Amino acid sequence: MRRFLSRKLITYLIAFVIGVTVDWGIPRLIPGDPVQAYLSQFRLQPAGYDALYKTMSEAFGTNGSAWDQYMHYWQSILTWNMGVSIGNFPARVTTLIGQALPYTLALLIPAIVLSYILGNRLGAAAARRKGLDNSVLPLGYVFQAMPYPWLALIIPYLLAVVWHVFPLSGGYSNSLLPTWSWTFIGSLLTHWFLPFLTVFLVSLGGWAIGMRNLVIYELENDSSRYLRALGARERVIRRYAYRNASLPQLSGLALQLGVVVGGNIVTEIAFQYPGLGKLLYTAIGNKDYFLLQGIFIFIIIGVLIANFVIDLVFISIDPRTRLSMQGAPA
Amino acid sequence: MSLADTLQEPGAPVPGAPARPAAALRPRRNDFLYYGLRNKKLVFGLGLEILLVILAIIGPSISPHNTTDYFKLNASPTGANWLGTDFQGHDVFAQLVNGLRESYLVGALGAVSAAIVGMVLGFIAGWRGGILDEILQLLTNVIVMIPSLVLLVVVGAYLNTRSVLFEGVFIGLTTWPWVARAVRAQTFSLRSREFVDLARLSGKRPTSIVIRDIAPNMASYLFLVVILLFGSSMLLAASYDFLGLGPSGVVSLGGMMQNANLNSALFFKEWWWFFPPGLVLTAMVASLLVANVGLDEVFNPKLRES
Repeated sequence: MRRFLSRKLITYLIAFVIGVTVDWGIPRLIPGDPVQAYLSQFRLQPAGYDALYKTMSEAFGTNGSAWDQYMHYWQSILTWNMGVSIGNFPARVTTLIGQALPYTLALLIPAIVLSYILGNRLGAAAARRKGLDNSVLPLGYVFQAMPYPWLALIIPYLLAVVWHVFPLSGGYSNSLLPTWSWTFIGSLLTHWFLPFLTVFLVSLGGWAIGMRNLVIYELENDSSRYLRALGARERVIRRYAYRNASLPQLSGLALQLGVVVGGNIVTEIAFQYPGLGKLLYTAIGNKDYFLLQGIFIFIIIGVLIANFVIDLVFISIDPRTRLSMQGAPA
Repeated sequence: MSLADTLQEPGAPVPGAPARPAAALRPRRNDFLYYGLRNKKLVFGLGLEILLVILAIIGPSISPHNTTDYFKLNASPTGANWLGTDFQGHDVFAQLVNGLRESYLVGALGAVSAAIVGMVLGFIAGWRGGILDEILQLLTNVIVMIPSLVLLVVVGAYLNTRSVLFEGVFIGLTTWPWVARAVRAQTFSLRSREFVDLARLSGKRPTSIVIRDIAPNMASYLFLVVILLFGSSMLLAASYDFLGLGPSGVVSLGGMMQNANLNSALFFKEWWWFFPPGLVLTAMVASLLVANVGLDEVFNPKLRES
C-alpha cells in the first residue's frame, strides 16, 4: 500500500513539475511584449513611456533573465501569490479566478455528474432490453456525433429566441448587480439552465453507448457464464456485470472532472458565460501572462487531484488494484 | 471529448481475443465481404458516408455560385440561393459544400497523424517496457493534461496564416495518447504469447516482429480506432473553427457557425445560416459511427447478430 502510494505520488510530483514548467514557458512563447501591449493603450510621451516601461517591467517581473523569472515563478506558486492581471490591471489574479470559478463549477459539475449517472443507467438498461436498445443506440450515436457548437446554437435558438423560455446568454441579467437577493438568484438559475442542458446532452450519448457496450461485453465474460452455470438469477449476473463495467467508465469520469477546472471554453464563449473558460479566452487575447498562468496552475492541480482521488477510489472498489499493490501478479 | 471516451478502453469491447497467429485461422477476404454486405448498419453508414463524400467532391461544381459571389444580404432560402445568404450576401449552399470538403480533409489529416504517432509510441512502449515505457507513459499523461485549445492559440499566434494542414496535424498531435494507450496495452498482452516467442527465437528483428506478428493481430481494432479518430477530428476542428482558431481564409462548417453566432443570426432568426452546417456534420460523424459498429460486427464474429 505504502509503496504503491509513494510511487503514485512521485509520478504526480513529476507531472506537476513538468506542468508548471510548461505553464511558465507557454505564455512566454506568445510573440509580442505584454508590457508594451499594455502601455500602447495610452498616449504617452516617449520619455514618460520609457520610465513607465521600466517601472512596469519591474512590477510585473518581466525583466531579468529567464532563469530568474522561472525561479521567481516557483516562489510565487509556493506562496500562492499569482500576481496582478495585466488585462484588468489592478485586479489580482486570484481574485479574478475566485470570481469566475463558482460559475464554472456550478455549470459543469452538475452537467457532467448527472450525464454520467443517467447515461450509465440508460446504457445498462439498453444492454438489457432489445426494444430500448433500438432507440437508445441510434439516438446515442446522433448525440455523440453532434458538433457541440451546433448544439449550443440550436438549443438556445429554440428555447430562447423562438419560444422565449430562457434567456439567450450571459451569467445573469444585465439589469442586475450581483447581490444575494431572490431576483438575482432567479436570474442566475434561468441563465444557468441552457448552457447546463447543452453540456449535459452532449456528454450523455458517450456515457450511454460506452456503458451499453461494456455491459454486453461483461455479460459474455467467463465470470458471467460461471455465475449462470451456478444457477444465479439473471438480475444478480447483471448487477455484477454492471459493477465490472463501471470501472473503465469511472476512469473516464476522472479525466472529465479534471478538465472541468479549466472550464469549457466553447460553452462559455457561445453563451457568454462568465466562468474560467471565458476568462482564459480573454486572457489569451490580452496576452495576460499572469492570469493565463494562474488558470493553468488551477487546471493542472485540478487534473492531478481528480486523478489521485480516482486512484484512491479504485483501490477501494477494485480488489485487483489492491492485489497488484502487494506485488502479486494482477 | 465524447469520442475519446469510447477509444480509451480498448481492452474491453473490441479486440475479440486475437490469440492465434494471424495467418493460421484468418478468414478469407470473401467472408468479410459476405458478412459486410449483409450488415445493415455497415451498409447504411457507409452508404450515407459515400453520398456525403460525393457531395464534398462534386458539390463545389454543381453549386450554381461561388463562395465569393455577392447577393442580397441575409436572404432566406430561395430558388436562386438554395440555402439563403449570410450577412455579407454570400451563398450559404456554396459555403456548405466547400466546408464539407475542408472537414473531410482535416478529419483525415488528424486521424492519420494521430494514428501514426500513437502506434509508433504505443508499439515502442509496449514492446520494450521498462524505463522507456515509464517515460512514454509520463509523456502521455502530460499531453492529456495540457489543454490543447490553449496550446493551439499559442502556436497559432506564431503563424501569420494557419493552413488546413496545420489544423489537421495539430489535432493529430494532441489526440494520439488515446491510440498510444490502446496499442501499448494490446502489445503488452501479445508480446508474451508463444508465437511471438517463436518469432523471437527464430532471430527476427524486433521491428519485423512488431510489424509482421503483432500488428496484424490488432489490425481490425486499429482500423476501427482510425475511423473513430476521423470522426472526432472533424468534431474537434468544428470547435476550433467556432472559436475562430481554424485555418485562415478557408470556408469551414465550424467557421460558418462562428460567423452566424458573431453576427447575431440567432437573434434575427436566420436559421438557414447555422442549421445546415451542423446538421451535415452530425450526419457525417454519425454515419461513420454506425458504419464503425457494423464493421466491428463483421470483424468480430462474437458480436454478429444471430
